[in-house]
Amino acid sequence: MFDLAQAAVEGALAAGAQYADARVVISKHQSIAVLNAEPQSIDQAERAGIGVRALTGSGWGFYATSNLSAGAARNAGEQSAVISKASASVPGPDMPLADVPVVEDFYETPHEEDPFAIPVSEKVDLLIAVTKTMQEVDGIALATGNMNFWDTNKWFVSSQGHRIHQHLVESGGGYDATALGDGETQRRSYPQSFGQYETGGYEAVRKWDYLGNAGRIAEEAAALLSAPELEEGDKSLILEGSQLALQIHESVGHAIELDRILGWEAAFAGTSHLELPKLNTHLYGSPLMNITADATLPGALGTFGYDDEGTAAQCVDIVKEGTWVGVLSGRDSASVAGLPPGGMVRGDGYNRLPMVRMTNVGILPGDSSLDEIIADTKDGVYMATNRSWSIDDKRLNFQFGCEIAWEVKDGKLGRMVKNPTYTGITPQFWGQLDMLAGGDEWIHWGTPNCGKGQPMQVAHTGHSAAPGRFATVRVGVRA
Amino acid sequence: MTRTIELASRVLAKVSGRADAEVVVTGGVSALTRFANSFIHQNVAEEGYEVSIRVAVDGRVNSAATTSLDDLDAFVENTIDVASLQRVDENWPGLTPPIDVTDPKHYDKATAKATPADRADQVADFVAAGPDMRAAGYCETVGHNVAFVNTAGHRAFGRYTRATIDGIHQIDGAAGAGHATSKAFAGLDGSEVGALAAGRAQRGVGAYDIKPGEYEVVLAPECVATIGIFLSFYGFNGKQHAEGQSFVELGEKQFDASINLYDNPHDSRALGVGFDAEGTPRQRLDLINNGVTQAVAHDRRTAAKAGTHSTGHGDSGSEQWGPLPTHVFLAEGEASVDEMIASVERGLYVSTFNYCRVLDPKALSVTGLTRNGTFMIENGKITGAVTNLRFTQSFVEALGQGNVEAIGNDARFADSEFGPGLLHVPSLHLEKWNFTGGAAG
Repeated sequence: MFDLAQAAVEGALAAGAQYADARVVISKHQSIAVLNAEPQSIDQAERAGIGVRALTGSGWGFYATSNLSAGAARNAGEQSAVISKASASVPGPDMPLADVPVVEDFYETPHEEDPFAIPVSEKVDLLIAVTKTMQEVDGIALATGNMNFWDTNKWFVSSQGHRIHQHLVESGGGYDATALGDGETQRRSYPQSFGQYETGGYEAVRKWDYLGNAGRIAEEAAALLSAPELEEGDKSLILEGSQLALQIHESVGHAIELDRILGWEAAFAGTSHLELPKLNTHLYGSPLMNITADATLPGALGTFGYDDEGTAAQCVDIVKEGTWVGVLSGRDSASVAGLPPGGMVRGDGYNRLPMVRMTNVGILPGDSSLDEIIADTKDGVYMATNRSWSIDDKRLNFQFGCEIAWEVKDGKLGRMVKNPTYTGITPQFWGQLDMLAGGDEWIHWGTPNCGKGQPMQVAHTGHSAAPGRFATVRVGVRA
Repeated sequence: MTRTIELASRVLAKVSGRADAEVVVTGGVSALTRFANSFIHQNVAEEGYEVSIRVAVDGRVNSAATTSLDDLDAFVENTIDVASLQRVDENWPGLTPPIDVTDPKHYDKATAKATPADRADQVADFVAAGPDMRAAGYCETVGHNVAFVNTAGHRAFGRYTRATIDGIHQIDGAAGAGHATSKAFAGLDGSEVGALAAGRAQRGVGAYDIKPGEYEVVLAPECVATIGIFLSFYGFNGKQHAEGQSFVELGEKQFDASINLYDNPHDSRALGVGFDAEGTPRQRLDLINNGVTQAVAHDRRTAAKAGTHSTGHGDSGSEQWGPLPTHVFLAEGEASVDEMIASVERGLYVSTFNYCRVLDPKALSVTGLTRNGTFMIENGKITGAVTNLRFTQSFVEALGQGNVEAIGNDARFADSEFGPGLLHVPSLHLEKWNFTGGAAG
């Protein structure tokens, strides 16, 4: 496969490009869905092809084909150069690539059980058992289970001499129970909304004890129908780990993408409230806020060996004791900003242009625990598991909804409340972080559905988090 | 045509009577030129085909897809083998029998052959329409072929093109958007779309905060398209409806009498091919007539459960997410945007919604924000720009009886955050809209 990638790079150079790189990608994806103890869909997809990037002057071009012949690979390279020249007709500033070590290497995701070697029937049987258990709870109308597995091989070659082969394995799944009431639906999910995904093999499914939690999840969904609504007001807000992970994803992870900060995503995903001259001085949150982007965390969903520009995975400080200190970057964006390249550029398959994506953007653990946080809270609400998420194009004004919440009064969990929502402005909200659980409750939550780019790309990202408390937050917003 | 039909037939032949099977081959060329800070920064193109197969071995169902055409024997063998190990799917609806499919003729040869230089010219025109502004957006061209064959003897072929120019201009903290989608690249005018975006951006300078609350609104087509796609995805979706998660109550007057919503792939302005991924011919489907809810979209599976026929909405992913309308038209009214604004004593003109998410699918309660131009209307005139607002609003109630003051005469394709070319809608004047937060929270 290296030869195909090399042919593509040579095609681009021969057509006039000053730099080119190519990825041959062969990926397998297995998706299983079960609804109410019946298989709903069992799909397997294999996508194979080559994508070539060429730089001519200030213009980039990218061309992809599913034809993996040597001739087609070379032609793809030539086409990428033609496109790069068209880009230069509406020119911008020069985009030199930041220097990175030229590497020849192989990387493989550590995994115990090849998920594609586990029979489909075993996976379906587990999801049937889980959904059947949930259905046995009165009031549950819909019980859904899902699993997804990816096996990806990538061969990367650049005109600077990179030759990197990676074999990445990702696994996970989850389930949810839905109770239908009069004009409302209530849902509970496990391990988190949309499931929990990790780098690794089928062990990433086994460790979550699907069956042992199904009854509890279903009972909570049914109980929500008769629970009171969360009242609107300003309260102490305690977030369960997976919701805090999504809060990080939306209000930190996207905001620190250098392409957004530079305006390259202005029309679609948006920009950022962050301004580069304020790097190292801007106060992002309270002193408890320590955020890293760490692509080396074992098992986390955003872990790999090298990004799709051949830059090695690394851990970068993003927020240190509340101060903004780092960004997510690639070779061109880092060069423009005068920063070191972060190795955070990835493409969704062979046919998508690599772009700045989150790796594992997470908050380092504190020194408390959920029990201690609750015991310390006089008047608050504890919310768990995301249900809705919305944030503006600068990643400032957000509103999140959770599946379930409990009132917290005088240091104790109180009654269950439904339709919990909270809203805030990013730096003010993070400034309210005053308690954070420790390493025992720190989990590498995975987000398998991060959308960005045109054409749309879906990235798999990780967000390590433990439960945390925010001193005063507006909660209970509704239509 | 020949290549895709031949490829689909070649794959189907490998099943050799061992299963009921359907094969879909899709592909062709697609290209997208993206610009930001007024220069082209990303410029991509791809060509290739994907083969999808669904088999049922004595009612045991499995689906697979591949872009690798080198070993189709193994692809088919593996798909059948995996199916054979599954449980019997009691709800397998069987294959579409042979049936005539009408070609809606949404293909333009020149669009399929558009070059990177052609797209760059459109971008240059868009950028030039906003001197001293920062432009960002994209120009896309797509030319795809779709072939369908199944072991029941049904065959269908179609092809379509799509061209889009979409972007914003930015100046002094303000932004304005413009959009155009057509089946023909020649139907795009980067200068005109860029001028709309630049005008909105210029008027947006000096935006001020206002208090959230209920406001009368005039919504531009982008906002209306967002309402429409949420109605389609969460409401007029046969699976959501069967599961009790949809607001739809068939035959009930759930909307204002002025609302007429339909799905029609055969409209001359529509995009796409004349059949779905199950080979079912697509036809016009009335969703709302004079405010009365008429129908939901079905694929073969949801139709069989509901005791009716597929409406031709069995697209990729519909088994999991449900069949949904994607050729949606909201019938035009007679009011111009100026007339709608002139009739507002105090309200807001909203250009675009952003990042909308459902709080409850059955109530279709949605939160989201305004973006790229929100303007105060006072005494029938736009008097200034306001900063973006958050809303939390039931989209069903938004179009409910008595809340629709007027429907615009300016229907066009508008993006809905779900991609271009799905909804063709006009502006709307609504009596009230619930804004729940301002720029400061």
